[in-house]
Amino acid sequence: METFNVYASRLITKKEYFSPGHRACQGCAEALAVRLVAKALGQNVIVSSATGCMEIVSSPLPFTNWRVPWIHVAFENTSAVASGVEAGTKALIRKGKLPDKRTVFLGMGGDGATADIGLQSLSGAFERGHNFTYVCYDNEAYMNTGIQRSSSTPFGAATTTSPAGKLKPGQITWKKNMAEIAVAHNIPYVATTCPSYPFDLIQKVKKAASINGPAYIHILSVCPTGWRVPPNKAIWIGRLAVETGVFPLYEVENGKYRITVDVPDLKPVLDYLKPQGRFRHLTPELVDEIQERVTHEYNGLKAKTAL
Amino acid sequence: MGERVGIEVSLAAAEAVKMANVDVVAAYPITPQTHIVEHLSELVADGELDAEFIPVESEHSAMSVCCGSSAVGARTFTCTSSQGLALMNEIVFIAPSMRLPIVMILANRSLSGPLSIWNDHTDVMSIRDSGWIQIFTENGQDAFDHVMFSFRVAENPAVSLPVIMNMDGFVLTHVIEPIEFWDEETVKRYLPDFEPVNRLHPDNPVTMGAFGLPGIFTEAKKAQDQALINSKPVILKAWKDMGDLVGRYYKPVETYQVEGAETVFLSMGSVGETVSIAVEELRAQGKSVGQVKLRLWRPFPFEEFREAVRGVKQIIVIDRAITYGGPGGPVASEIRSALYLEENMPTITNFLCGLAGRDVTAEDYIAMFEKTEQMAKGKVRQEDYIIYGVRE
Ligand SMILES: Cc1ncc(C[n+]2csc(CCOP(=O)(O)OP(=O)(O)O)c2C)c(N)n1
Ligand code: SF4
Ligand SMILES: [Mg+2]
Repeated sequence: METFNVYASRLITKKEYFSPGHRACQGCAEALAVRLVAKALGQNVIVSSATGCMEIVSSPLPFTNWRVPWIHVAFENTSAVASGVEAGTKALIRKGKLPDKRTVFLGMGGDGATADIGLQSLSGAFERGHNFTYVCYDNEAYMNTGIQRSSSTPFGAATTTSPAGKLKPGQITWKKNMAEIAVAHNIPYVATTCPSYPFDLIQKVKKAASINGPAYIHILSVCPTGWRVPPNKAIWIGRLAVETGVFPLYEVENGKYRITVDVPDLKPVLDYLKPQGRFRHLTPELVDEIQERVTHEYNGLKAKTAL
Repeated sequence: MGERVGIEVSLAAAEAVKMANVDVVAAYPITPQTHIVEHLSELVADGELDAEFIPVESEHSAMSVCCGSSAVGARTFTCTSSQGLALMNEIVFIAPSMRLPIVMILANRSLSGPLSIWNDHTDVMSIRDSGWIQIFTENGQDAFDHVMFSFRVAENPAVSLPVIMNMDGFVLTHVIEPIEFWDEETVKRYLPDFEPVNRLHPDNPVTMGAFGLPGIFTEAKKAQDQALINSKPVILKAWKDMGDLVGRYYKPVETYQVEGAETVFLSMGSVGETVSIAVEELRAQGKSVGQVKLRLWRPFPFEEFREAVRGVKQIIVIDRAITYGGPGGPVASEIRSALYLEENMPTITNFLCGLAGRDVTAEDYIAMFEKTEQMAKGKVRQEDYIIYGVRE
């Protein structure tokens, strides 16, 4: 917690740019993350959104929850749409057809839109160096279509296409490390965060937006519906993900790693797995396997911060 | 008026895009479209064109970038062919539904497989029902002129729809022709600045691309259909004004030697020029033959088409795409339904030819005419189409 400058929620703007009245499920931490990102960015932003829960809950024609300019085109192309929004605005300003106004270009999508079907367009936009921030709201499955697995679903989690069966213990692959994939593009800023840590989230989003060039923020977003947890436990589960080392909060600025929420003594992963229905079927052996992997990866991250 | 230069048609088209002072170009290379994008990227690199050239990683992203840039009010251009169009297909359908006035040149090429880089119309026919305004060009001058036309029509606030300008791959894109360039003053008079109806901008937040529940979807589609139909007067005016400025008057349906003709050929795109030669030869033999060319494919010019073939007894429809196991080529099938309720419905024969660059000569068209004469003695049904020139 020492990284927080001030811990006073009234320092967060009361203005809502992602308005109340959206149709997300109760306790949806993905909607909370969107709300905090929108607060962090304020009015001067143009948002490009992928298809997914957050798009569907916020834009049933003729209604909208967006008080900032917002565009949705399809599922896998958000980064390309954001590229066009950025490039078009840049050209119009340069050619004197629009007044020069500092605008943040935000691309946003779920883990499916980011780590799976939209990975190519995201990689292209990073490589071309567009001045935009991309936020992945990672709820670890395709929630909008009914909780199907993605490459971001963690090992052992039961989803509707990685069910726990007699032969298979749910998801049999390890979570794709999107933040590291972003880092590999040599972009100036990459961070992980979680709405259970609102100040960490807001600081990182502001920093990402202030940096010239592409920035990537990966937000672990608890989905009570898909993770099989009670809606009032979403914030708590998000904290446990961090406190167990399952989802460390860090940033990589120009290649330099820094853990932003330090957890000197990690809690056992079982604390995180146990309350979640999607891990209900796990045997002690599988939990041990997960513990080993989490410890290993956490130590790997720690080692990088020491460089 | 501008000067007349001998230039490859692709380069001329790119020069026209430059003269239209485009703001964003996003494209991915594919034969035979490459020379257009290459030239545009050169123009940007040399500072001759002040635009963002976005070398995207796929055509899907090309069309997506175009959606984004058009949504902020930037004049936007892309071009592709065949597989590229197939890959961007999803977004091709979305752009018109969002009323984004993107201009795309389609250097027409066959769709795989087998893989082929050569020309036919299977690519554009795959997106026939996507909601774009679709026009066909016949020669280099025509292509140059229609770049200006496409931007003007697309961006007209009463239209606000994307336009596809078809240009046959190789046979048109890669030939050198004498082309009269427009001078800057003419461009300025013809093509106003792009003032979008809505743009994404923080000063006036709008939501674009909201999803439609069943209670509103049909209304949204009706509005889109009506918008495409309503683009017709703007299209006609754009041709009229172009004629007044540069002296070339284009029409939705163009005819050649149709006066009193009993039989007419009907084609789209660059084959029209070869068909004309066949028509002249048949006329010289004393046959009553003429030619009709469809320049405007969407919105379909029903009135002009019916008028053009009034009194005709036989129509030979040249299709450059196959509707497998269906009612013949896509053009013939539309022609037939457009005439269905007409008195004295002409006999319609349908030849699918020139697939993937197979040469079709004037002699071939004459042979199609002769075949039509025979066939017309009996009933010609839609399934009686002929895939012409199959070697047996
Ligand atoms: C090309 C394409 N394939 C599939 C879909 C169906 N689809 C819509 S949203 C979605 C899953 C979204 O998952 P994610 O990106 O993780 O967002 P979430 O809903 O979980 O927030 C899928 C598979 C689609 N819209 N487009
Ligand atoms: S399914 Fe999950 S992510 Fe989607 S709205 Fe409900 S809680 Fe939020
Ligand atoms: Mg998801």
